Amino acid sequence: MHFLDFNPKQDFHLLFLSFVLPLVGYTIQIFFGKKLPRRGDWMLTGFMFVSMCITVLMFAKSLWAAYHGQEFRHHSGLEADLWFHWLYSSDAAAAGTSNVSAAIYYDALGAAMYAVVGVVSFCVHLFSIGYMAQDKRYHIFFANISLFTFAMLGLVLSDNILFLFIFWELMGLMSYLLIGHFSHDPSQKFFHRWATQACKKAFLTTRVGDTCLLIGMVIFYQHFGTFNFGELWRLAQEEVARNGGEYPTWMTVAGLFVFGGTVGKSAQFPLHVWLPDAMAGPTPVSAMIHAATMVAAGVFLLGRTYPLMSPEVLSIVAATGTFTALFAASIGTTANDLKAVLAWSTISQLGFMVAAVGLGGVVAGMFHMVTHAFFKACLFLSAGSVIHGCHHEQDMRNMGGVRKYMPVTFACMLASTIAIAGIPFFSGFYSKDMIILRAWENVLGGHFDGASFFAAVALPVAACLTAFYMFRLIFMTFFGEYRPGTVPSPFAHHGGHDEHGHEEHGHADHGHAAHDHGGHAHGGHDDHGHDHGHAKHAPVVHAHAAKAHDAHGHDAHAHGGHDEHAKPHESPLPMLIALCVLATLGVFGGHFWLADIGHSLAFWEHAHTWFETSVSLKSLYGASAPVDRVLLGHAGHTAHIVALSVSLTVASLGILIAYLIYGRGWERSQRIAGKITGALGDLYDVVKNKYYVDEAIGCAIVVDVDAKGNKRYQPDASVIGGSVSLGLALNWVDKNIVDGLVNLVGRTGRSIGVVSSHFDRVVVDGAVNGVGLVTQTFGSVVRLVQSGRIQQYATFAVFGGLMLAAWLILL
Amino acid sequence: MQDQILSWITFIPLIGMAVILLIPKTSLNAIKGVSLAATFVPMVMATWLYFGGFRHLTQGDFDQARVAGDILASQFVQRLPWIDSIGVEYYVGVDGLSIALVWLTTILLFIGVIASFGMEKAGKAYYALLLMLQVGISGVFVSLDLFLFYVFWEIMLLPMYFLIGIWGGPRREYAAIKFFLYTLAGSVLMLIAIVALRLDSGTFSIPKLTEIAAQGKLLGANLPAAGELLGMKFSTWVFWFLFIGFAIKVPVFPFHTWLPDAHVEAPTPISVILAGILLKLGGYGMLRACFPFAPDAFHEFAYVLAILGVISIVYGAFVALGQTDFKKMVAYSSVSHMGYVLLGMGAFTVWGMEGAVLQMFNHGTSSAALFLIVGVLYDRAHHRDLNAFGGMSQIMPRYWALTTLGFFAALGLPGLAGFVSEALTLIGAYQAGDARFRTLVFISLLGVVFTAAFLLWAMQRVFLGQKNEKYAGFEEINFRELVCQAPLLFLCILFGILPAFLLDWMHPSVQNLLTILGAKA
Amino acid sequence: MGLGAYVAVSAALFALGIVAILVRRNVIYVLMGIEMILNAANINFVAFDRFNQSAGGGGGLEGRMFAIFVIILAAAEAAVALAIVLNVFHLFNSVKPSEADLLRE
Repeated sequence: MHFLDFNPKQDFHLLFLSFVLPLVGYTIQIFFGKKLPRRGDWMLTGFMFVSMCITVLMFAKSLWAAYHGQEFRHHSGLEADLWFHWLYSSDAAAAGTSNVSAAIYYDALGAAMYAVVGVVSFCVHLFSIGYMAQDKRYHIFFANISLFTFAMLGLVLSDNILFLFIFWELMGLMSYLLIGHFSHDPSQKFFHRWATQACKKAFLTTRVGDTCLLIGMVIFYQHFGTFNFGELWRLAQEEVARNGGEYPTWMTVAGLFVFGGTVGKSAQFPLHVWLPDAMAGPTPVSAMIHAATMVAAGVFLLGRTYPLMSPEVLSIVAATGTFTALFAASIGTTANDLKAVLAWSTISQLGFMVAAVGLGGVVAGMFHMVTHAFFKACLFLSAGSVIHGCHHEQDMRNMGGVRKYMPVTFACMLASTIAIAGIPFFSGFYSKDMIILRAWENVLGGHFDGASFFAAVALPVAACLTAFYMFRLIFMTFFGEYRPGTVPSPFAHHGGHDEHGHEEHGHADHGHAAHDHGGHAHGGHDDHGHDHGHAKHAPVVHAHAAKAHDAHGHDAHAHGGHDEHAKPHESPLPMLIALCVLATLGVFGGHFWLADIGHSLAFWEHAHTWFETSVSLKSLYGASAPVDRVLLGHAGHTAHIVALSVSLTVASLGILIAYLIYGRGWERSQRIAGKITGALGDLYDVVKNKYYVDEAIGCAIVVDVDAKGNKRYQPDASVIGGSVSLGLALNWVDKNIVDGLVNLVGRTGRSIGVVSSHFDRVVVDGAVNGVGLVTQTFGSVVRLVQSGRIQQYATFAVFGGLMLAAWLILL
Repeated sequence: MQDQILSWITFIPLIGMAVILLIPKTSLNAIKGVSLAATFVPMVMATWLYFGGFRHLTQGDFDQARVAGDILASQFVQRLPWIDSIGVEYYVGVDGLSIALVWLTTILLFIGVIASFGMEKAGKAYYALLLMLQVGISGVFVSLDLFLFYVFWEIMLLPMYFLIGIWGGPRREYAAIKFFLYTLAGSVLMLIAIVALRLDSGTFSIPKLTEIAAQGKLLGANLPAAGELLGMKFSTWVFWFLFIGFAIKVPVFPFHTWLPDAHVEAPTPISVILAGILLKLGGYGMLRACFPFAPDAFHEFAYVLAILGVISIVYGAFVALGQTDFKKMVAYSSVSHMGYVLLGMGAFTVWGMEGAVLQMFNHGTSSAALFLIVGVLYDRAHHRDLNAFGGMSQIMPRYWALTTLGFFAALGLPGLAGFVSEALTLIGAYQAGDARFRTLVFISLLGVVFTAAFLLWAMQRVFLGQKNEKYAGFEEINFRELVCQAPLLFLCILFGILPAFLLDWMHPSVQNLLTILGAKA
Repeated sequence: MGLGAYVAVSAALFALGIVAILVRRNVIYVLMGIEMILNAANINFVAFDRFNQSAGGGGGLEGRMFAIFVIILAAAEAAVALAIVLNVFHLFNSVKPSEADLLRE
């Protein structure tokens, strides 16, 4: 047996180990993290490294199997002792009802996702060592991302939808805690209050979707009596066959509910509102949870439940995905916040994946999910690196020219941008091309419906916008001259200034915002990129910065020093390693999956990826695979040519427009952009304001920035305002009507009591008092005799005795 | 010893109470020590009983027990004559429905005693009453004689009245009287029903009554007018009288208003016991002494019960959303959570019933933890206005972590105990296979979402955001408070991951109960 | 000398005692009055015992024994009474029985 052959006995234990390790790490960290050296980061990162190695090894096994044409679908449930009996300790104990048992399910789809999660999570751990170094809750942060990784790994390995749901919600909790990470840290002036509201918004919005998923799950359970994916697929196909090849209505309904879960988790319209606000979390969190893994779980769920979805559901899925892709991409073109652009881009790319599944291209969707995970994680981490280097500035208008200061970051980000834009040879091209191909296959291949047509037209437009806004980002951030303080920004880390009595407008007078005062004073700054303009002022800077550092006693970015020293700086080594790993995967992600390396350069031929050869409906779902509806004959070739030319055209078009507008100098770009937005007028405002969806749903978090760069927040009431009013109204009902009735009964009782007590006083007491009066009169007479003098008493006694004696003697 | 273990569990606190009465008022430490011992020993016994002594039964065991005259197949039965003239017995035993609740009772009372150590006003009388309360509660759970059941039920009422009325907050007297009158009204209805059942069947034995009712012979034939009254059948009368008696305790929607008042006024340990176990008496009572006596009426009105349950779920969640008082919010969340119990029982499926019983246990741990959490804050700030706090997580991070766990346990996060019971209840209700029940499930999902909403909103207002400098000096949660909360939260996690530790125990009895109640009419 | 004389002395002593108790303004005299009454009783005990014996009514010593008991009791009573008097003095700053009228309450 080759060591890359799948060996159930050993490999399931390895898988189990890789998935439990982060949990073990979390448990140790939560109790002892604070006391460990370096607050425990090395331990969790080390555990994660082990996990990652296992995930990659396992993935290698799946590739090995693919190259040898073996089927790769493993269920630990086939080994009798590898079940986890959940509801009842054994199936015998569940007599009379059914048990819920879980096992590890590891197939090609799971293998790809598992490896992605392992690698991305490890990179994020590594990145966080540098990025979060100054955080107050550093150890908690590491604990939380570890637990998140555990949940995500568990989700991928689940062999049944109920356990998938359990890990799914656990991820929701971790997302809540991690978005809210800064809500416990008042020194994060801007994020502090934003995160406070954003975490709740994220959890509640996704919970709406989760509830839908729960009910969808329940409906399927009601009919099929199982949560197990394999069973569900089989029973679904039997049901369809019984129903004459048509999906019954209830399956459509249930499928829509399950899709509701995806809409919430993968931020599809209209539940996408939480994801842009989730950017309130630390950037590594955005990279891992809100770009690469958790949000992709919704797509993964679609992949797992694909055979259960009726054509009607799939049409809706495709339409939703396409609409979201286009909609989010259009908003992405207007955003100026570096992370916001990436957030909208994520929503848009998730739309691509969802649309792909809806179009029947499960494989394409999953492929895009995998490639996207790498390049988007890389983009986010690079953005984090830029933000870190630019002293917490996030507004792209205040950047520019960063390329010179952060060459490694620039290279990584550019590579990932090319990948997402869809340039041949880079990973994103292959997957996105596959999705567009799928849409055209549907249109040309006889399965023509509205959703397919919509997708075939709208997805290329979205792809064009993607290329445009991503290169806009590159040009604005990395090219031109460094131009801090162009616009007032709330992001810059100027908490220290306020405390030290610097007036904010003081900086404004000098023509630069607060952030460009960041002399970089932490210990490691010699290692990296401070050679720009440092040399001549070095002594001054060091003195100043060191002083400031002592005086503030706060974090890395002591403020002080001169404009020259506010230049961005390259990030520390662990962050760069993480970036490079992800960028490499982002670039070669597409090749890597290619079934035939020799063909990989001939992109004009349809690239046969591993995903197509070894991951097909057949290999994913086995005998229960639904029939592929597209009947390709000659049309397949046409579709391929159309899709290829369309993707190439839109990508180059997007890049060209971005270059024309933003690539030729800042002033000119502002002029052109001003003209365009002016021409668009109100339309531009609508897009810029995210089409007012947040406001329509009533969950807008208003983060206004006024002219001085101060933040204003609207009160929280609008977030769940309507429900709160209803709650208050019902509270009134409870107090006044329900309780009022009770009190009425009480009052009636008391009135009866008053009447009877009156009777009591007059009649009953009257009689008693009469008796009392007589006694009292008698008593007051007798009282005269009682003087308290002993001698008087004795006198009475003696006279009494004498009279008694007299009576006895005389009678 | 083993045969009498239930009596020991029930009456050891009584011994403790007697000892406390002999100790002079001034030696408070001795009193505390005795109460601790008198609750600790039953807890150990009950733990042994749960994990060691209790036998998991099979269907065959139930068949045998039925032949032997005990349709419930109770274990650790002790049966002595008590009042011969009217046939009252001292008849105790446990089965799968009651054993977990007996265990929970002993745990919560033990925690209640520890939690009371911080109360300055608590003295000799307080601990004596607390122990008496435990006698009443344990007694109700182990009684198999209807008269005995009622006696324990009333024993429990009195200490509760004083514990709220003397050691409570500013409006304690109003709250105590409201609690007392509500419960008393329920008790009166129960008593009428109990007397009627005795007159009709000639026995107070719960298994016997259950058996007679299952045979369809409990029709009021021995009563005047052959059981018909105002056009309603005997069993319907019995059902409603008992049901209302128990529903007040649960509490179910129109009868719930005593709960917020009682909770708000009661001191923390009493709230913990009130929410943790007293509410469960209602649900347990229905399963033990209401539905089995009137199966026909139960099937006839099951849907009404489910509707009441769903109203409680949704209504409770919304009213909780409108609260500004932390404790009142938690109290209304109890109303919401206990709605699942009714929904699950009304569904009349295995998972529905088990979800209901499980929900009683899980709510016992999670809501008790929530009340302890509120207590921690109240002890420091001396108010509970949700809007007046802010940024507490920066001041008391460990407390915040525990609260987060408690909140997520309460909102039914998968992986924690609440999810298992809520999911089972909902699936069970959906499985009832009836479009009406499905509608109810859909409506109750509103409650799921809004439970999350009010808890997270409270979390945001109290713990996140701008720090309120007024409270910056609060000390972190102390060891005693930690000791109270940790076991409860641990149980929340344990039974979320391994619900088999509860379900294996109750499953045979629930199955048996479903058999007894018979098919749907 | 016959029994009559003894009884007469005893009666006189008794009457003096009674008068002392009823009219003296000082508790000490009242106590002395009580002693006189007790001694009057003693005289009676001893006298009747003696005359009962000489009349041939049996040879017991009961009467004399009673007298001895009474003497012992009188001593004890005096001790207690004086202690009470001291307390009364502390309380009322006087030993006049007319001042101590708390029994009225």
